[in-house]
Amino acid sequence: MPETSRRGLLFGTAAVSAGALLTACTSNEPKKTEPAGNSAPADDKPGKAVTIGFAGPQADHGWLNAINVNAKSRAETYSDVTLEITEGSNDTAAQIGQVKTLINKKVDVLVILPADGKALTQVGLEAMKAGIPVVNLDRIFASPQAYRCWVGGDNYGMGLNAGHYIGEQLKDKPNAKVVELAGIDNLELTQQRSQGFADALKNYSNIKLVARQAADFTVESGQAKMAQLLQAQKQFDALWNHDDDQGVGALRAIKQAGRDEFIMVGGAGAKSAMDAIKADNSVIKATVLYPPTMAASAIDLARALGQSKGISGLSEMEIPTSLTLYSAVVTKDNIDQYLPTGFN
Amino acid sequence: MTQPAPSAQHNGPDKGTIAAPSDTPPSKSGGGMPALGLRLDVRILSLLGVLAVLVLVGGITEPDAFLDTGNLQLILTQASVIGVVTVGMTFVIISGGIDLSVGAMVALASVWATTLATQEYGFAGIAFTAVLVGLVAGLVNGVLIAYGNMVPFIATLAMLASARGLALQITDGKTQIVTVDSVLDLGLPDSYILGIPPLVIMFAVVTIIGWLILNRTTFGRRTVAVGGNAEAARLAGIDVRRQRLYLYLLSGLCCGIAAFMLIVLAGSGQNTNGNLYELDAIAAAIIGGTLLSGGRGTIVGSVLGVLIFTTITNIFALNNLQSDVQQIAKGAIIVAAVLVQGRTMRGRET
Repeated sequence: MPETSRRGLLFGTAAVSAGALLTACTSNEPKKTEPAGNSAPADDKPGKAVTIGFAGPQADHGWLNAINVNAKSRAETYSDVTLEITEGSNDTAAQIGQVKTLINKKVDVLVILPADGKALTQVGLEAMKAGIPVVNLDRIFASPQAYRCWVGGDNYGMGLNAGHYIGEQLKDKPNAKVVELAGIDNLELTQQRSQGFADALKNYSNIKLVARQAADFTVESGQAKMAQLLQAQKQFDALWNHDDDQGVGALRAIKQAGRDEFIMVGGAGAKSAMDAIKADNSVIKATVLYPPTMAASAIDLARALGQSKGISGLSEMEIPTSLTLYSAVVTKDNIDQYLPTGFN
Repeated sequence: MTQPAPSAQHNGPDKGTIAAPSDTPPSKSGGGMPALGLRLDVRILSLLGVLAVLVLVGGITEPDAFLDTGNLQLILTQASVIGVVTVGMTFVIISGGIDLSVGAMVALASVWATTLATQEYGFAGIAFTAVLVGLVAGLVNGVLIAYGNMVPFIATLAMLASARGLALQITDGKTQIVTVDSVLDLGLPDSYILGIPPLVIMFAVVTIIGWLILNRTTFGRRTVAVGGNAEAARLAGIDVRRQRLYLYLLSGLCCGIAAFMLIVLAGSGQNTNGNLYELDAIAAAIIGGTLLSGGRGTIVGSVLGVLIFTTITNIFALNNLQSDVQQIAKGAIIVAAVLVQGRTMRGRET
């Protein structure tokens, strides 16, 4: 792990999620390759001044708040970057207005995490036509013409890795039962997570998904839905919970029901979940990452775009069109490596 | 239905308003108010019928999981938080008002009560702060409506927005986890009294007090009178403004109590707490027979409304139905329950 951390969060991040890819964007000099583990965030040498416009959704959730924090603190590490950040909104019309304002302000590069990717596509196209490159963060636009570069998490991979982890833990257990506490059901990302999970479990014929309920990514809904699931399933072997925020409520319901016969795998990588994994005194044994550090990476990429640079460590002359983060499984064995990236 | 006097169709147990001397008991039930005053009128009976059907459905589809002490405890616990909010809401709606800010007040009270500073003072600090924040928010609503002459819909809508905003600001989008054991323990089976979770006892106490206030006090009669006809109530000597102020204060108080209960239940404060409680509480009150136009309503009906909703949710989850099916079925059941009520009501008002 980076011993040089000014901000453990940021550097830990770089190490964790994307290694060299995300770390530096000085130039296309391949010789700058460094081992992923101890790489600094990027080329700290000041270059051309870049103004980055950042428009994200309302930070009413731990992960979304971490996105904002990551973007801001990464921007602060660059003396040549000015961040124009808009007030987050979950209202599509309001967010379109905010992006338009940033276009009118003639920022050099835009980073947009749309509340709804499809709905914001049009304004992404508008920015690109106005000559402002767009870094599309996480929730993807409907048209590739609407962004220069996409960086985001792997929802399908999250489900897949959670499924494989659970599969490996239970592979010797006949007639194993698995329960899924999903996120908001009308979000595409929830369907992707569930699909990945189901596909992974297909590799293990002894395991059956016996129940699935959707919560709302909130502690309250997590507690309520988990309490019901526990009542419905008197005995099972593993639980996959899509989101660590609702996991706080789910863990509470599990404690209230006095149950401990199963293992629980969380999702996203909240600090509370990681602390619980490290303490190893509850059912939660792992969490599958969906790193908010992607916001810091988006700032790196936006800066590189503004300064017309590539990414060091890659032979390419330009930054890539898309970067998908890896949904690592964090367990007690590797918790110390990932703990700095846990968000509140 | 013609309404010669606003409260002529007020058949609930809360009869005999000051402002409506024309209020005569409905012919069917005659003068025989049972001593308890808890008259099992047709409306209440039809709600009990709906509940009985639900229990039957639950018992048939999932006999092992549904008919189980743990499940009964679960249903009642899950009804508790929203139930307390609904009791306050029932008073407000009976008075002809509406409180759209209940969910936001629960959120604000729960996050304020779970800040690190508040948690330092332990159980008392959390409970006191939750109730105080609820009271203050309710006071603001009440002053705006009673003395600022604002329409309740607008005033409480404004409170909804600002309380949610403030809750978000306080938490900064983070989940505030409670570390005070005395609070957390209240939600664990060890603290059940004769098998009854403390949250359920709190819910029962609030319900009984609410029932007593509505049916056995001048305050209750005034509430019904204001909702039946505010002008008549004023002419009858009721300080309508002060009454309204108290009612929104009461709703805020219920939200403060509910926030504390939610903290016990979920073990944390989050700005998303109490999401859509306003709709659930209004729906439960309406299903329970409270008139949205005011002047009529019962606490028992509202509580049955809450229990019906919670039982439905429970049955859906036990049968592993997905969210889309749950929502459709929930909507259908609301319509069915209200239709059945309308039918029975027409039947008795010939």
